[in-house]
Amino acid sequence: FRTVEPLEYYRRFLKENCRPDGRELGEFRATTVNIGSITTADGSALVKLGNTTVICGVKAELAAPAVDSANKGYIVPNVELPSLCSTKFRSGPPGEEAQAASQFIADVIENSQIIAKEDLCIASGKLAWVLYCDIICLDYDGNILDASAFALLAALKNVQLPSVTINEETGLSEVNLKQKNPLVIRKHPVATSFAIFDDTLLIVDPTAEEEDLATGTVTVVTDEEDRLCSVHKPGGSPLTGAKLQDCITRAITRHKEVKKLIDKVIRSIKP
Amino acid sequence: GDTSVLAGLYGPVEVKGSKESPDGATLEVLLRPKVGLPGVGERSREQLLRRTCEAVVLGALHPRTAITLVLQVLSDAGSLLSCCLNAACMGLLDAGLPLSSLFCGVTCALGAQGSIVLDPTARQEQEARAVLTFAIDSTERKVLMATTKGSCSVEEMQQCLAAAQRAADTIFQFYRDSVRRKYSK
Repeated sequence: FRTVEPLEYYRRFLKENCRPDGRELGEFRATTVNIGSITTADGSALVKLGNTTVICGVKAELAAPAVDSANKGYIVPNVELPSLCSTKFRSGPPGEEAQAASQFIADVIENSQIIAKEDLCIASGKLAWVLYCDIICLDYDGNILDASAFALLAALKNVQLPSVTINEETGLSEVNLKQKNPLVIRKHPVATSFAIFDDTLLIVDPTAEEEDLATGTVTVVTDEEDRLCSVHKPGGSPLTGAKLQDCITRAITRHKEVKKLIDKVIRSIKP
Repeated sequence: GDTSVLAGLYGPVEVKGSKESPDGATLEVLLRPKVGLPGVGERSREQLLRRTCEAVVLGALHPRTAITLVLQVLSDAGSLLSCCLNAACMGLLDAGLPLSSLFCGVTCALGAQGSIVLDPTARQEQEARAVLTFAIDSTERKVLMATTKGSCSVEEMQQCLAAAQRAADTIFQFYRDSVRRKYSK
């Protein structure tokens, strides 16, 4: 029945206010995070949201800042959905979903001011850090935006930048790998995704199957002051303002849980 | 204002085997910027437009066909995404495709003191603390699509949404006037 008529199968569960995997409509999947797994990267994090697995690696490189913003560095996010994570994606140039996800992460970084670009500058007009954040999905089971945002946040907290000094005589930079400083993270944005069914029902943290059957999705990104960093609702069934407000309140609760989790993990790796 | 977008709609037409969908029409959106090749930002906007249009177009009436919407940006002076949304909706209307409701795009910019500016120019967008774009539908003024740039508080977002819903009335009136003008000639 499930393969022949998936929507009807789902509706039966939704009538009882629960889902096939036993969760409530407002319940998230088990979230686990592993920080510092990639030793060759400057910062890394592996996040698992149920079966969805996303790994983020941050590499720092040196570059000259742009002419119009001489005291700002760069953060370049890139989300990849390789064909190994799901049959939906083929190998080759990034598909629409990967590009939209990359744009979403770039917007979150920009909107939430998670890192002030001025902090990345070493010598105004001459040298600045570029942070390449590569977010790769290893297993796609829905809710990729939440997992990517979380992985990015965890990896950035883990990043240690070596200190750089500019030699006055030669004008070249000297990188001191022994002395490392962590990045200054200003805000902690957390994304929460919902799927809309039949114009009325809202379910939290959709799996890949639920996403396919849903008539629309909403993603809300909040930071610790309960401000909205981003509301992303790419089309899909219309929502009233009250429903949107409901999503936002749930996102704020979720933010607190995620923040506690991240703090716990960071504290456990510090010697 | 000075922002202008040209929308061309083609369909329902035949579609190649792999993209064919027995449930309904497949919608494709192409957004071409004024200069340069389309990049990641364009892809993300295309996805927004596509999902919005999919929600209103009654695809089930034309299964195994494709509807292609091509948008060319002629000039950008702020509120580009709303302009694209409005152009897309008028294109759909003009093509005579069956729609469940109309939609319109409204952009709001939040100033530093919390002042709301509807339909901001490029300058106002840059100076604003946050820019929110909503697609509002015509039947019940519900939110079809929402994107934000910059952070804002929850109350401010609700205020912008209310302002956008009021502005939607003016835009729908404009739709009616233009269509009337075209068919009364």
